[in-house]
Amino acid sequence: MDLSAISPTLLIASLMVAATPILLAALGEMVVEKSGVLNLGVEGMMIMGAVFGFIAAVETGSPWFGFLMAALGGALMALLFGFLTQILLSNQVATGLALTLFGLGLSALLGQGYVGIKANSLGRVDMGWLSDLPFVGRVLFGHDPIVYLSLALVAAVWAFLRYTRAGLILRAVGESHDAAHALGYHVRRVRMAAIAFGGACAGLGGAYLSLVRVPQWTEGMTAGAGWIALAIVVFASWRAGRVLIGAYLFGGITVLQLNLQTAGARVPVELLSAAPYLVTILVLVLISIRAGRGGDAPADLAKPFHAST
Amino acid sequence: MKFTTLLAGVLSLGLAVPVAADGHDPVKVGFIYVGPIGDGGWTYQHDQGRLAVEEHFGDKVETVFQESVPEGADAERAITQMALGGADIIFTTSFGYMDPTNAVAAKFPDVKFEHATGFKREHPNVSTYDARFYEGRAVLGTIAGHLTETNKIGYIASFPIPEVIQGINSTYLHASKVNPDVEMVVTWAYTWFDPAKEADAARAMIDQGVDIILQHTDSTAPQAAAQEANENGGRVFTFGQASDMAQFKPTPRVASIIDEWSPYYIDRVQAVIDGTWEQQASWGGMAEGEVVIGEITDAVPAEVKAEAEQMIADIKSGDYHPFTGPISKQDGSAWLEEGEVAEDGELLGMDFYVEGIEGEIPN
Repeated sequence: MDLSAISPTLLIASLMVAATPILLAALGEMVVEKSGVLNLGVEGMMIMGAVFGFIAAVETGSPWFGFLMAALGGALMALLFGFLTQILLSNQVATGLALTLFGLGLSALLGQGYVGIKANSLGRVDMGWLSDLPFVGRVLFGHDPIVYLSLALVAAVWAFLRYTRAGLILRAVGESHDAAHALGYHVRRVRMAAIAFGGACAGLGGAYLSLVRVPQWTEGMTAGAGWIALAIVVFASWRAGRVLIGAYLFGGITVLQLNLQTAGARVPVELLSAAPYLVTILVLVLISIRAGRGGDAPADLAKPFHAST
Repeated sequence: MKFTTLLAGVLSLGLAVPVAADGHDPVKVGFIYVGPIGDGGWTYQHDQGRLAVEEHFGDKVETVFQESVPEGADAERAITQMALGGADIIFTTSFGYMDPTNAVAAKFPDVKFEHATGFKREHPNVSTYDARFYEGRAVLGTIAGHLTETNKIGYIASFPIPEVIQGINSTYLHASKVNPDVEMVVTWAYTWFDPAKEADAARAMIDQGVDIILQHTDSTAPQAAAQEANENGGRVFTFGQASDMAQFKPTPRVASIIDEWSPYYIDRVQAVIDGTWEQQASWGGMAEGEVVIGEITDAVPAEVKAEAEQMIADIKSGDYHPFTGPISKQDGSAWLEEGEVAEDGELLGMDFYVEGIEGEIPN
């Protein structure tokens, strides 16, 4: 085994790239769940974001426009879910699953003419002398803008939920929609806004896959990333900071195990491949032992709301 | 519950549809795919075969397919559903469908089953078919051995099954034959199709000094990762897998190993139409046109290209077998004597690395 072949700098840098799609999607889903809605359609929204973003970036040559369209596409898919579950009061679990299947099919249709094309990618942000620093230069100051955007979003969501009045209302709606309604808040409107935000984040995450991480369009390319994002929300017990930790842990172990294999580590490969999932389960168990109770899920999660009841 | 009533209704409706009897027109041909038809690799190529069947037979056949069917319990459901839907012949196109295919075949003796890359034929209505990909990989290994400058070639492997191990061994044998310093880095992805993971695996290899990447997974993501590395001043070469992956020409993709299933599919559907279908185990290679080497680009030096083309001709004519002795196993014990050629049975159950490859095969 030649562990010296693994460069910690490159390892951490690629860890951040590997974690960003699930981080974005999980962060959006966390806000949705905080408002009391369970949207299992993350995978579908991600892949729609991936295809929208890719098509927009190829057609206009601008990756920025691609990311914008990906956020819009994800939000549109989410609003479809919102319309069905909030206005027509359909079952959230079933509608979310349907959204995933719908997204996978529709994205395959839309992306047919785009297989094998390459879109312009986002360059790394050049931070002058900062990027040239040893180690930290590459790890902290050598990424593309979306990595920084995702980190900023984590901070923004955390501050929003903790310190703002709007954040308080959102949490109130998720904990007890009847009480929030009695106080005169528009439960449906708040939830629709949260759903749209969640969709936009999932869309961005998908576009990060198709524009930066892979980078190309292939059918079914999310390959389960949306489900991992859903798991990370639970893992994080609905807290923004822990979403970040969860996503980086999962992404980190994925990248680490590939690097270990390449370096010829004498660890059973099956174990290495299962490691990200094993660690996720382990941490889930540890967190629930420490919490000592059922969990921190919003009280009205996945419960339908109708003003007349 | 309304929903359960509805579900029960749908189920009974589905079961009430009579299973189509033989002799009807048109013949219904089913395909079960492991990935999406747009994967640009393995499944894409099988679907090209399906389209060739449609084109060849026209109105005489009807084809159906289901894509992205997981290898596991769900595969049995998908295959059963296709058989219930009246398919006359079903091609299950991935190794992991082996047991589900045989299980379903027991229940539908009138339906013909063809399992790709498997070895179990438990019922008279199950055939298996495969292609001698190791022949193509010998050619790719030769090119890789010549092109590498870091003497590290990487292989993104999917699952530890004989077909993949044949590929690794054949590639390494021929790379080290032309370049004794070559080192083989094998990374197991445990997936046939996950673009993000494949790209990550390719990047991990490139970061550690690998400059030639071969893959046994189905997406074009490793090619894209290599292209990106080259744009940033790297020198990485790749080979198309399963399909040509022509969009990455002339570099990083310098050649490709293409699966050409059309002749086999047309042949077998014809047999069903004629009523001459019988159980068989098919293992065609370059000579049968089932394994094709895609265009070798100009990024490969002319003399290397000539050497590769000579090898293609020799394999086709039967003058050369990629597993010709002397070859030792990884532990140093002799496997093939000087001039001895490996038997098919041994290749089909191959579960060891040849001498010189580091690491262990996961079980």
